[in-house]
Amino acid sequence: MAEIRFERVKKVFGDVTVIKGLDLTINGGEFFTFVGPSGCGKSTILNMIAGLEPTTEGKIYFGDVLVNDLSPKERDVAMVFQSYALYPHMSVYENIAFPLRMKKAPRETVDIEVRRVASTIGLESLLHRRPKELSGGQRQRVALGRAIIRRPKVFLMDEPLSNLDARLRVETRAELKRLHQELKITTVYVTHDQAEAMSLSDRIAVIHQGEIQQCDTPREVYLRPSNTFVAGFIGSPPMNFVPASVKKREPLEIICNGVILSPRVGNPVEGERLTIGIRPEDVTISDTEADIEVTVVLTESAGSFKWADVLWNNVRIRGISDIQLDMKAGNKAFMRFPRDKVVAFDAESKRRI
Amino acid sequence: MIKKTGFYFLLALTLLYCAGPLLWQFITSLKPDHELVMIPPILPESPTVDHYVSIFKGHPLMRIILNSTVVASFTTVLSLIIGSLAAFGLAKLKVRYKALILGFVLSVSMFPPIATISPLYIIIRTLGLRDTWLALIITYTTFSLPLSIWVLTNFFREVPDEIYLAARVDGCTPFQAFYKIILPLSAPGFVTTAILVFIFSWNEFLFALTFTSTTASRTIPVGIALFPGIHEVPWGDIAAASIVVTIPLIILVFAFQRRIIEGLTAGAVKG
Repeated sequence: MAEIRFERVKKVFGDVTVIKGLDLTINGGEFFTFVGPSGCGKSTILNMIAGLEPTTEGKIYFGDVLVNDLSPKERDVAMVFQSYALYPHMSVYENIAFPLRMKKAPRETVDIEVRRVASTIGLESLLHRRPKELSGGQRQRVALGRAIIRRPKVFLMDEPLSNLDARLRVETRAELKRLHQELKITTVYVTHDQAEAMSLSDRIAVIHQGEIQQCDTPREVYLRPSNTFVAGFIGSPPMNFVPASVKKREPLEIICNGVILSPRVGNPVEGERLTIGIRPEDVTISDTEADIEVTVVLTESAGSFKWADVLWNNVRIRGISDIQLDMKAGNKAFMRFPRDKVVAFDAESKRRI
Repeated sequence: MIKKTGFYFLLALTLLYCAGPLLWQFITSLKPDHELVMIPPILPESPTVDHYVSIFKGHPLMRIILNSTVVASFTTVLSLIIGSLAAFGLAKLKVRYKALILGFVLSVSMFPPIATISPLYIIIRTLGLRDTWLALIITYTTFSLPLSIWVLTNFFREVPDEIYLAARVDGCTPFQAFYKIILPLSAPGFVTTAILVFIFSWNEFLFALTFTSTTASRTIPVGIALFPGIHEVPWGDIAAASIVVTIPLIILVFAFQRRIIEGLTAGAVKG
């Protein structure tokens, strides 16, 4: 159970600043996720924790220990890679045993531990196989086994699920959650899949262009995104954005595409230009008359309901409609959304107000 | 059908072209002396194994084979040790100016041997290594290193970086990751390089001719070329000896062929 602390950590590759200055504490035993689009620098952070990549500036602590100059071996971390990175010339048994062998653990201990780990992740019957004889999901479990066998201080996972098919991904996700609850080892997870981040993590940090945009619990990040990037990145499908402006302050009246809203927000200035964010799952599109009239652009079945894309005064909005409802492109429809359940951003700074 | 015939015709033609000199050498080795310089007959009219007997009786063939074996083996081992360490650094470690270093290494092999032979001879003489195995081993190692480094660098690069990083996280020092993980995974490349270096050392002529003076260190190509004849060049014996010394190479290549082709990295990463 180690706490990981970053102090003004910077990483520069050549002329490119990948990480602009990271100040962050990951609590001991926490499941912490860095989430962001490809190339945002999240894998670099992981490699710096592992000691595979030196920091350009700043300090990284495990607990009270400064680890900047420690080798990966001395840091006692375990890592699961996206491509599994199993040793192809070794059997599953030897793959899992490898970290212990490197620690020169006695033969009997290795055997006991390998069998214990194999039973935790359901690999007992495959121990003698080579990695190439395994399916993707099985390989992923071997990689997990190799990581958990020596009970590391920190568990690092670099997109461990993105090579699995959809069904297996959900299964393995649950497996990871179970393992974390059992082992209670500080876990740092990197993914570009916001759904994965939301479902697994105690806290998430949304990274964009080498900076943390927001760091909070999944629920907070979802309900109160700190800027339009986070709002658009977290949640699927992404949040709808509608231009708006402040008409009056006392009481607050915001004109949003012709509709007057008075959400509970901070302290906007009169005349300030805003962007209003509405979650698609909060929007209902139907044929029951309401005050906002829209034109259907396309619909997409999602099983129990339909996603409907509509035009509202030239602003494209996505919402939910009844699966029974027969709506075709070009049809008229009506839109409803809870007027107080919107978030407002400053149009200029893109920050939530 | 025509396509297939054409394919086999071309195949036969290529094979004949490549194996032609060897085949001719073989035919020559079976001809009695008086038929050697006559055409026709193309095939020997009265084939004989006399030459094969005489090379072992009249010439120190066993000794020069020993010389070549020792020189080629040591060269191969040295070249692979140094070459693989260099290649590992260039393929997997953070080294600046990698392309420049590789280019520089390659430039070593761009000098024609004849241009470097005089200074090399002086060095060898000064070191007192004339007519020794060591003179050849050192020279061959130097000249085969560019090949080893280039081939091995490419093979090491094919081992995914994540496997190397995984080994580092699992507690390996860079050197342990090299010999426990990268090396076994690059075995085919290793064998390929070994064979190439071995053949190069086995066949090299110019340095061997210059640095050796007696059968104490003379290698096969020089030894055979200097077969003493009484009134003429003993073509028959030379042909027979050439065939004999090619056999170890053929055996070597066939023995390791499967190893060369084998793709050990299959299943390492996704796929």
